[in-house]
Amino acid sequence: MTVFLQQLINGLSVGAIYALIALGYTMVYGILRFINFAHSDIFMVGAYCGFYFSRMDPRHSLAGGLVVMALAMMVCAVLGIIIERLAYRPLRGSSNLAVLITAIGVSIFLENTGQLVFGADPKAFPELFPERNFTSHSGLTVSSDQLLVFAVTAALLVALQWIVLHTKIGTAMRAVAFNHQAASLMGINVDRVISFTFGLGSALAAAGGILYAMNYPSIDPYMGVLPGLKAFVAAVLGGIGNIPGAALGGVLLGLIETFVKGSQFSTYSDAIAFAVLILILLLRPAGLLGKVQVEKV
Amino acid sequence: MNRLTTALLAWPKAVLLGCLLGSLGFWLISDRINPYYMDVLTKIGINVILAVSLNLINGYTGQFSLGHAGFMAVGAYAAAAVTMFAGPKFLALAPAAWLQPATDGLFLGALLIGGLAAALAGILVGAPSLRLKGDYLAIVTLGFGEIIRVIFRNIDSLGGALGLNGIPPYTNIFWVLAVASICTYVVVTMVHSTYGRGFIAVRDDEVAAQAMGLNTTRYKIVAFVVGAFFAGMAGGLYGHYTLSIDPKGFDFMRSIEIVVMVILGGMGNTAGVIAAAVLLTLLPEFLRPFEKYRMIFYSLLLIILMLTRPQGLFSWKRRPKPAVRA
Amino acid sequence: MEAEAQTGGARVSGAAATEPLLQLDHCTLRFGGLTAVSDLNLAIGEQDLVGLIGPNGAGKTTVFNLITGVYCPTEGSIRYRGVSIAGKKPYQITAHGVARTFQNSRLFPSLSVFDNVRMAFHLHLAHGVRHSLWRGRGFLRAEKEIASQVMEMLDIFHLGKLRDAPANSLPYGDQRRLEIVRALATRPSLLLLDEPAAGMNPTEKVALMKLIEFVEQKYRISILLVEHDMQVVMGICRRIIVLDYGVKIAEGAPGEVRANPKVIQAYLGRDHT
Repeated sequence: MTVFLQQLINGLSVGAIYALIALGYTMVYGILRFINFAHSDIFMVGAYCGFYFSRMDPRHSLAGGLVVMALAMMVCAVLGIIIERLAYRPLRGSSNLAVLITAIGVSIFLENTGQLVFGADPKAFPELFPERNFTSHSGLTVSSDQLLVFAVTAALLVALQWIVLHTKIGTAMRAVAFNHQAASLMGINVDRVISFTFGLGSALAAAGGILYAMNYPSIDPYMGVLPGLKAFVAAVLGGIGNIPGAALGGVLLGLIETFVKGSQFSTYSDAIAFAVLILILLLRPAGLLGKVQVEKV
Repeated sequence: MNRLTTALLAWPKAVLLGCLLGSLGFWLISDRINPYYMDVLTKIGINVILAVSLNLINGYTGQFSLGHAGFMAVGAYAAAAVTMFAGPKFLALAPAAWLQPATDGLFLGALLIGGLAAALAGILVGAPSLRLKGDYLAIVTLGFGEIIRVIFRNIDSLGGALGLNGIPPYTNIFWVLAVASICTYVVVTMVHSTYGRGFIAVRDDEVAAQAMGLNTTRYKIVAFVVGAFFAGMAGGLYGHYTLSIDPKGFDFMRSIEIVVMVILGGMGNTAGVIAAAVLLTLLPEFLRPFEKYRMIFYSLLLIILMLTRPQGLFSWKRRPKPAVRA
Repeated sequence: MEAEAQTGGARVSGAAATEPLLQLDHCTLRFGGLTAVSDLNLAIGEQDLVGLIGPNGAGKTTVFNLITGVYCPTEGSIRYRGVSIAGKKPYQITAHGVARTFQNSRLFPSLSVFDNVRMAFHLHLAHGVRHSLWRGRGFLRAEKEIASQVMEMLDIFHLGKLRDAPANSLPYGDQRRLEIVRALATRPSLLLLDEPAAGMNPTEKVALMKLIEFVEQKYRISILLVEHDMQVVMGICRRIIVLDYGVKIAEGAPGEVRANPKVIQAYLGRDHT
């Protein structure tokens, strides 16, 4: 039983990080109907930002760690907005394939530039926050890093929900997700809303990157590939374009993956995410919380 | 259809025979050519097979597949399994004078089995993917490619994560050029017929194609199967050239490299795709001094190409841009 | 193009003496909570020219989609020459002899005019992958035969000179005509035309009416026509069916339908009765 609960905690912790990244995918897809392949690399940049900014604060304090995280989120938000402006906006209106390829190009560019600038060998991520382990008398262990994952993710989810449902820009995002032309006819600056969405999603990815690096402290320029793909699967699982769906999908996938890792199929744990993806797309392409779209002939 | 294609299609079998004889001739003089050039030419040949076969799936039929390296992997491992495990027993049966022809026969058999195994994988990947479009199809094929890779990483009898070593060096320039010729012949003749126009119809407008009486599902599967078959043969050739294969060499990046050749050449333009394959195989050789910047340059090329000339460098047809969706 | 047909003036249909070509019985189509088509009974006989009209959103294209297999009816049956076609795939239904055009032109943009029509010959194609690869004498002869049949059709409809032009480079009226030619090339017995007059000016509309009547007479097929333009519908259709919110509200000769109060109400609203 203890093992099961321990797996549960670990799974939720991983799942929360997938959820953060998945939110970025789902928001961009909801608004542009396009899968931002480069999103996983923003996650990587976020982690590296955490790495370099943490050097400014050698004392490992809670406040200092949060400041580093906030700074990384801001840097990545700007990066996301720049990428959208330079690489995706010119292609708005052209075939989906072209944008997808461009996104792949941006992803490869970020990974290889990262390799050049940061160096290809893995770096050890520092202790951003003071670390302690909390163990119950039944043997259940939760690390302070994992607690931080839960706390930060919960806080960000609440903030996101508030932004989307209770602010003008959030309403604008939902309007643009429905119909670009109608939204612009209502006086919404579609370009700005799209930029904001990218910025928001990238900030969440950065947070995810730092939280991930805290729990798996080795970072390298390609660290975003696998978590990114898994987070994408999570977004599809929950229903791509659906924000609560991304959170749900992330948590579910994290749990599935952790339980598989603990079982005899552990060497296949990386492939599990893809298996889930294929199953979902075959059985219920709209995802758990998504709406079924009927194509008009 | 451009004039070159029209000319070639007037005497397709003669042209194919000419290419096969040319491949043989090339092999006969291969000793006198600089081994470095031979190496590059072999790599070009393998990339041509990969690109032309992917062009059938992506370019002509419009099924955006990002898992082509997975088919290559299946072919490479299957062919190597044949030559390494069944080969010695088979060759032991051959009388000494017939050793060379027996080896050739073995290799041909191994390549065909590699192709068939990959074709089977093509059905397994193609069939479920049929209902999906665009982005989703791309991601699913990517996922399949990764799953194939993870599976091979876990098969210890084929080397597992450390790879399979000691593959016999059966590949030579004749095999590579011959398979490349056959692959091109198959794709071009297949597409340039009333039947073959169906692939393009499926790509252009699936609903209209169905209304015309085309079984669009069957077209997509045929495209996947034929494309995968030749990718598998390319994998077999590759394995018996590098003599050592491991799952990492058939990853997502490999698939992307082939996709870039198809896009650069112009989706659905075989001649352009061949030119692109040649160009993109030579490019890393020229950029060797800048090895560190190769992928950065590559990715920038991709982005700039999509922003400026999405129909490819060598396409002389301007693909119409679809209307802006509300 | 010989215009033997008379325009204007309705012709009373001779009801099909034998089994109708196409029969819909109590067809209903529901999407979740929305009922797109409700309890529809429709019959089209041999060499019939029927119009299907109704206000926007009445479900006219949905009926087409039901007949051609894009949708499967939730209830009811669809029979073609007595054989049930409900639930079959679109390409199977085309093989039965039903062809259609689309509301928004669905030509194959990267194919030429010639190739667009060539696609229709798939139904009667005896050869496939193997033959395309081998290119034997049988294959070449078959391809030549197809090519000549394609050119024959193109020439009849004055599109022959444009054979190599990319389909989407044609002027709008020619594109619409090409779509009809393409559908005809499948040798149907029933042709469904979805708003063929959309976007046409009066001259083009008259030419279209002549074209439709020409097609009906030369190829001896039945035509079911969805159209908003009353000039076209009243001009050539022998029988008109009116749909409103997925329900058939009237059926009969053009004169009757035009005067039917329910029809007027559907189009213009309650106050105009």
